[in-house]
Order: sequence, then C-alpha cells, then structure tokens
Amino acid sequence: MSLALSVGSLSVRLGARDVLDAVSFELHTGEFVGLIGPNGAGKSTLLKAIMGFSARDRKITRDGQPLDELSPNVRARTFSYLPQEREVRWPLTVQSLVALGRAPYRRSFSPLGEADWRSINCAIQTMDLEELRERSAMELSGGERARTLIARALAQETPLLLADEPAAGLDPAHQISLMATFSQLAQDGRTVFASLHELTLAGQWCDRLILLSDGRIVADGPPGEVLTAENLATVYGVRAHISYTEAGLAVIPTGLI
Amino acid sequence: MITTGRSDWLLISSLSLVVGILFVLSLVTGPAAISFLDSLNALFTGRAGAASIVMQEIRLPRAILGLLIGASLGLSGAALQGYLRNPLAEPGLLGISASASLGAVIAIYTGLSAVFSLALPLFAFAGAIIAVLLVRFLAGSGAATITLILAGVAVTSFAGAMTALALNLSPKPISALEIVFWMLGSLKDRSMTHVWLALPFILAGWMMLFQVGRALDALTLGEASAASLGYRLDRVQALVIFGTAASVGAATSVAGTIGFVGLVVPHILRPFVGAHPSRLLLASTLGGAAVLLAADVAVRVIAPERDLKLGVLTALIGAPFFLWLIFKQQREVT
Repeated sequence: MSLALSVGSLSVRLGARDVLDAVSFELHTGEFVGLIGPNGAGKSTLLKAIMGFSARDRKITRDGQPLDELSPNVRARTFSYLPQEREVRWPLTVQSLVALGRAPYRRSFSPLGEADWRSINCAIQTMDLEELRERSAMELSGGERARTLIARALAQETPLLLADEPAAGLDPAHQISLMATFSQLAQDGRTVFASLHELTLAGQWCDRLILLSDGRIVADGPPGEVLTAENLATVYGVRAHISYTEAGLAVIPTGLI
Repeated sequence: MITTGRSDWLLISSLSLVVGILFVLSLVTGPAAISFLDSLNALFTGRAGAASIVMQEIRLPRAILGLLIGASLGLSGAALQGYLRNPLAEPGLLGISASASLGAVIAIYTGLSAVFSLALPLFAFAGAIIAVLLVRFLAGSGAATITLILAGVAVTSFAGAMTALALNLSPKPISALEIVFWMLGSLKDRSMTHVWLALPFILAGWMMLFQVGRALDALTLGEASAASLGYRLDRVQALVIFGTAASVGAATSVAGTIGFVGLVVPHILRPFVGAHPSRLLLASTLGGAAVLLAADVAVRVIAPERDLKLGVLTALIGAPFFLWLIFKQQREVT
C-alpha cells in the first residue's frame, strides 16, 4: 500500500490547553481508517488540523510535499472534508447542495458539465437520495440532511475523504450502507479517515483504528488490537463485552469502572 | 437536471424589462410639463431648448443615478446576506452608510461644501472607505462573520455619535437643516458630474461583488466546508466588504442614506432563484434598480410640491416589511 498522507508530530494548542500533543501517523491508499476516542480527545481538532483550519505549524505531507504548499484548489481536489456541524443556511434543494461538491472542478460562471452530473447523480444514488432530489434542505430530517452532506463530499471525488462523525444520527440501515460505501471507496483505491463513536461499527468496517485520548494516540492498528478490554477501560472508563461474531467484532459497553 | 439557466433567464429578462420601463418613466416624470414624446425627443436631439436642458441635465442624471444606486444597494445586500449567511444583513450593517453620512456632515459643517460643491460627495466617500478599513482592521481578515458584524455595529454607532455631535454644535441652524436633509437621501438636483463621480467606484464595486457568487454558494455549508471546497475566505471577505464600500459608499456619497432597499430586495427575490446566493446577485441587482427607480418616480408623483425625500419613502415602506420579516422568521424557528 502506498502512502496517502503522512502526519508528523502534530500539536495544536487552543487557549491554555494542548488539544493535540505530538500526534504522528500515516494513512495509506486504499485504507478505511476509523478515528475513535472519548469526547474531547481531539478527534475533530485532528481532522481540522489536517485540513489546515487550526494548526499553523504542521508537518503534514502528501507525496513528500507539505500540504501548505498546495494551492487551495489543488487541496480541494485532493481532500474532501465533512464537518461535524451539519450546517445548511439557505433552503437549497438536495441536488443543488450535492452539486456544491463539484466546485473545485468548475471555472467561474461555467455551468455544470457532463462529468459533474455523473458524479452528482452517482453520489445521490449512493446516499439513497433519489426521491429527495428536489426537496428543500429545510424540510429534511436530521439523518436525511446528514446523507445529503455526505453525498456532497462524495461528489467532490477526492483521493482522500475526511469525515467528522458521519454516522451520527443515521438509522441502522443507513449507518451500515454508509460504512459499506466508505469501505468500497477504500477498495477502489481511495483513503477514508472518519471519526466514529459507535465502536461496533468501527470494529466491523474499518481496516484500521486510531484511538485518541487527551490529544495523544494510545493505540493504532487493526480493530482487534485496538478494541481491547484494557484500552476501553483506560481510555473510556468502561467495562465492555467484546465478542467475535459472524459479522465481525462487537463491542457492548456494559458498565462504568 | 437543474433548470437553472432557463428559469433564471425568464426572471432576469422580466426584471430587465421592468427596470427599462421604470427608467423611461423616471425620465418622463417631473414638475416641468413636457409630454412623453416631446421629452424623449428633447433628450435625444438636444435641439428643444429648455426642454432639452431639463431632460439632459436634470432628469437623465437622476434616472441614471436611480438605476446605479438601486442596483448597488440590491447587489451589495444580496452579497452581504450571502456572505454573512444572515437574511437580516444589509449594506448599512458595515457602518458604510453611517460613516459616509459623517463625511458629508463634516463637509457641510466646515462650510467646505458651500465653497466647493464636490467636497460633500468626496468627503462622504472618504468616510465610507475609512469605515470599511476600520471594520476590517477591528475584525481582522478571515475573522468569523460575527466579529465583522460587531465591528460594523461599533463603527456605525461611533459615526452616528459624531454626526449627532456635529448637529449639536452646529453654529447655524441652516447647516443643521442641510445636514438633516442630506441624511434623508434624495436624487433631486443631481447633475451628470455626480454620475461621473460615482460611476467608476460603483462599477469597480460591482466587479468585486459579482466574483464571489460561487463562494457564497459554498458558504451555505458553513465556513469550514467552503474552505475545504477551495475558496479562500479571506479573499472572499475582502471582495465583499470592499465591493460594498466602493459601490454603496459612492452611492451614499451622491444620494445620502437610502435604507431598506438592500435588505428587502434580496429577500423578495430569493425564492425565485432557488435560494442560490450566486444566482441572487444579478436578480437582486436588477430588483434594487427597479425598486429605487419606482420609489424615485413615486416621490415625484405623490408630493410634487413638498420634495418628499427618497430615503423617507423607502424607510416608510421598508420598515413594516422588515417587521414582517422578523415575525415570519420567528414563526419558522418555532
């Protein structure tokens, strides 16, 4: 597997607090990596720092080239980013929102081209939004809005996709189809890096998990090695029942320690 | 498929038609009793004596300024609402109108405007530019939109206080009256000089504002998403506030403060463009021109003898609309 992104000793201070403390890891092409950790561990900050929103002093490289040297447009063709806040301001239709993902490929004032429409339609189909195409964003449920915004990120068709809690608020069927979509993207040679709270979902679908706690990486490896009773106890402070089912790893938190 | 092109084409061409009709209506409305055909003849041939002077030197600049200023207010209102993602935003929010007023007041107060008539618009424009530089300095480039709003409120309040001080200390009642009248906003007795003075800045402002359409669309998803789509938000902010300062600053410096057009017009037109901030820009430009031309015709028709001020009329109509807007928003939220 070739290297998709290399993050070297990334630190972020917000106010007096070290939110991220010398975090280093690598992402490879074709990998679906889950970012897990308790609230306030620094998951969102890590994703934002990769996007260049918080950290100024970053050693993040792609193909040996520091990210800060990429032009905003090249970066937008390389990374798509799905923020945790599912913000939609104006009552645009679902289709129009998904079409925003094509922005990096469009010249000013030019209409959407054929390739743009292929990506948009594909993203709409993947996220099961066909029937909602013409629906106004203000009339969507929380889960429908989440799927619309994921479709927007998919329409951007970037080699790397960073998603901040994409599965939150989705029903089980759409959670599974989302994870299957990300997994398929990875198999197609892209890299997906998503923060997740549902440990079972993360354990079953991700190729690799990074466990973050207090701004440091506690564990980084295959789900079976990261989701251990010991890690869950020290990082989350919970007792958990961990079992291997036919479908894969299942983690059921059973009580506080 | 999105039918963007076609439906907008219909909207844009109807708005253009309305603007054209109102422009002609503005040309043929006035105290001098000249018939419709005579007035157009006088305008184009220039051989109709007094009628030609009335048409070319009084009514034509008035109609052109109505068009340019209304368009500037509509466009900058749409751009600011898109950028700030706030339907209650309007050009006055950045302190541009209040500071332009202050500049004009200084010109009147010091008596400079009596000596050199262009001192007033020049001072007003300088006020607008200083205001916007101050707002950007206070808010910082790439700052959160809420900081920008707060900086605008601070500058507006300060400019308002200074204007009040000038009125308070005004040595002659006549200059206080002149200040008040100027602040009410009007297109009466403007010349082609005013047009030439404002035109370059207005056009420069439009060029800046029309560039940000796509970025405003992306901002629908919030600042982080817009940045991830490749837009440089510091550049977008600079284009929006300097574009507004140039166009609305120039507009205010020749016509005084005309409120509510920039607030109301984008609102009315938003549903017709599928709420796309980018498509709203052109529609709102034309809509603003139509509304201001109509209002300027109305002040001449309603009270030809009393010199009803344009800014008074737009506020009279705009304020109730604003109230309705707030109630409607509240209903949507609850």
